[in-house]
Amino acid sequence: MQRLTSPDALEKLRAELAGKRQAIKKTVFVCCGPGCLANGSRKIADAIGLQMEKQKVDASVGYRRCTTGCHGFCEQGPLVIVQPGDIFYCKVKPSDAATIVERTVKGDELVERLLYLDPGTKQRCKAFTEIPFYAKQTRVALARIGTLDPTDLGNAIASGGYASLAKALFTMKPDQVIDLVDRSGLRGKGGGGFLTGRKWRSCVKAPGDRRYVICNGDEGDPGAFMDRATMEGDPHCVIEGMIIGAYAVGSHEGYVYVREEYPLAVEYMQLGVDEARKAGLLGDNILGSDFSFDIKISRGGGAFVCGESSALMRSVEGKVGEPRAKYIHSVERGLWDQPTVLNNVETWATVPVIVQKGVDWFRSMGTKGSPGTKAFSLSGQVRNTGLIEVPMGVTLREVIFGIGGGLFKRRTFKAVQTGGPSGGCLPEDKLDLAVDFDELTRAGSMMGSGGMIVMDDRACMVDVARYFTAFLVDESCGKCVPCREGTKQLLALLTDITHGNATEDHLARIEALAATIMQASLCALGKSAPNPVLSTLKQFRQEYLSHIEKKRCPAGVCKPLTRFVIDEETCTGCGLCLKACPVDAIRGEKKKPHTIEPSKCITCAACREVCPVDAVEVAS
Amino acid sequence: MKTPDLTKLDTILERHEAAERSLIQVLQDVQKEYRYLPREAFEKVGRHCGVSVARVYSTATFYKAFSLVPQGEKLVRVCAGTACHVRGAGLLLDELERALSLEPGKTSPDGKITLKTVNCVGACAMAPCVMIDGEAHGNVKPGEVVTLVKGGRRDAAAD
Repeated sequence: MQRLTSPDALEKLRAELAGKRQAIKKTVFVCCGPGCLANGSRKIADAIGLQMEKQKVDASVGYRRCTTGCHGFCEQGPLVIVQPGDIFYCKVKPSDAATIVERTVKGDELVERLLYLDPGTKQRCKAFTEIPFYAKQTRVALARIGTLDPTDLGNAIASGGYASLAKALFTMKPDQVIDLVDRSGLRGKGGGGFLTGRKWRSCVKAPGDRRYVICNGDEGDPGAFMDRATMEGDPHCVIEGMIIGAYAVGSHEGYVYVREEYPLAVEYMQLGVDEARKAGLLGDNILGSDFSFDIKISRGGGAFVCGESSALMRSVEGKVGEPRAKYIHSVERGLWDQPTVLNNVETWATVPVIVQKGVDWFRSMGTKGSPGTKAFSLSGQVRNTGLIEVPMGVTLREVIFGIGGGLFKRRTFKAVQTGGPSGGCLPEDKLDLAVDFDELTRAGSMMGSGGMIVMDDRACMVDVARYFTAFLVDESCGKCVPCREGTKQLLALLTDITHGNATEDHLARIEALAATIMQASLCALGKSAPNPVLSTLKQFRQEYLSHIEKKRCPAGVCKPLTRFVIDEETCTGCGLCLKACPVDAIRGEKKKPHTIEPSKCITCAACREVCPVDAVEVAS
Repeated sequence: MKTPDLTKLDTILERHEAAERSLIQVLQDVQKEYRYLPREAFEKVGRHCGVSVARVYSTATFYKAFSLVPQGEKLVRVCAGTACHVRGAGLLLDELERALSLEPGKTSPDGKITLKTVNCVGACAMAPCVMIDGEAHGNVKPGEVVTLVKGGRRDAAAD
């Protein structure tokens, strides 16, 4: 790509690219987002490419295949979208490539069997816009993901990329940019919810010779993948947001910190930065202006604590990622002790859209205290798992049952976990809660970065609390005692409960210990570490008591406290459990009730998973 | 353990600025090349980045991405993220531990395979997920995980 030396050159290029795009008859988009990749979508992309060549509908005659980032509806993946027409094919196999190319690309027919079947109306949806999962969303930060090739800067420019940057650089003063972001009410989407504009302003006011901007792509919360999807799906919107932010605060050097567990995000962000630099969108005199700024990619080393701002900065410096006390603000003394603005991926990705569309538009969405939208990764025991973006203020019920399609057949809702290891579990009576930063915190959980894990009646809340505590023991950096030793003791107490070795005294000890950890820990990791335990203890105390007093895990998860039995009346004698049992503990003749031999049973729950009539139960 | 061939170390170091900020990035590349961080490389890495051997050691042991012992030729990582946890990742791990006679974090005596857990790879919608050398496999069932890890095909439905 040529070096762009003025905003006019950028617009000229955009017009040129748009013209070329108009000449394209059809485009086949193959989703290569995190979910679809795990479902083998790369093979589908190859097969489609091969078929297009074979059936002579390739680039030379105006057809195009494009591999994109996450389209969102992971549960239905691998996804293939044909444009124009928003034609949406789901659960595609490589062997479907020939048919898709022949009938939908070469011809104008739909492949009926690959269209999404709406379980509500029992109708096939021709376009993805008709699917409730999509129809109920509002996409801002994720708007372009799934519609462009993340490895091609031209694609981003043709879709409006870097127009906001040109607008900011040539029509606004840095202070006006800050003012705009401030008035929009944009809050940090990494979990803290701090006002972005205020953060930027504090950085500008802080004394220092150099200023830095950082993008936090360390998404360490288990169960969250919005940032991965954004970095892999539309790296240029993140880069553009960072350049605008840098211009606003007067920074000339920025870092994108990406966790090493996301190798593709590292690769695409690096590629995006290199391409942008070649095009004059990064480096000296961006778009011919006086402003210079460049970005480096910094790979993390696999430490959850590095998602904490001060630990992340130490890690960028090449040091061990230990946080420091919060009274030193990183906007004043951050990276190499210089004033630093750190925002997460989604926040940066939202900035260009605000610059483009303005404050009123942004504030027309969401709630008064939390304007705009928020991306969530919806996962766990919900039908429609995937990546979604909704206006702040929608209810949990709308997200889980509207967009998410509810739970699987015969399963009932138990809790939704938000906020990762710093958050909590919310039960059914909190489902009508409006999702925004303040409401979730008030309810005893938190927004966090946006992971939302739905749990059904087969999830044990004590086990979930134990799971997060074990995670935090493993991830505590070890710098301060309350977190390092406290979480370890918390885990020991919880393990006692899940093993049936606890007394009621344990709950009081947990509460006392939790209070100390929250009060005395150095950073947010420790301060929020007891949240998963406290929130489950508050909402599901009976379940804890059942473990302690009755030595029974009602959900059938804690192995020492679970014994499975087959209900004679429900069992149809289909024999599926017998085949699934890895230790031959199940006996029974076909069409007659089966039984479990307790001495052989290892409580693996394989029988319960396969039973089509829920005859395998937890013994009382 | 035999002494590793450290000739490639110089090429790695050349790619990185001689500064403290490069330390983690250098170690990442060394780990990738050797599948572990050879103790023999620490002096040179430290000199290049301008830090002590103790600092190299502390960084190498702080971050999960690094290993001080050689990793197996095949790296199997069972995702232990929340979504995977509630959708039965524990069963996959139990099954692999049993079939491979390996504890998580350990490498088989013949050096062929390393079994680990990983705190979320971001494929939560496809939980539970197993990463085999960088390739993610979603919706893995306990009955097929061993075949999958041994390089076999999963049920026809998954291809």
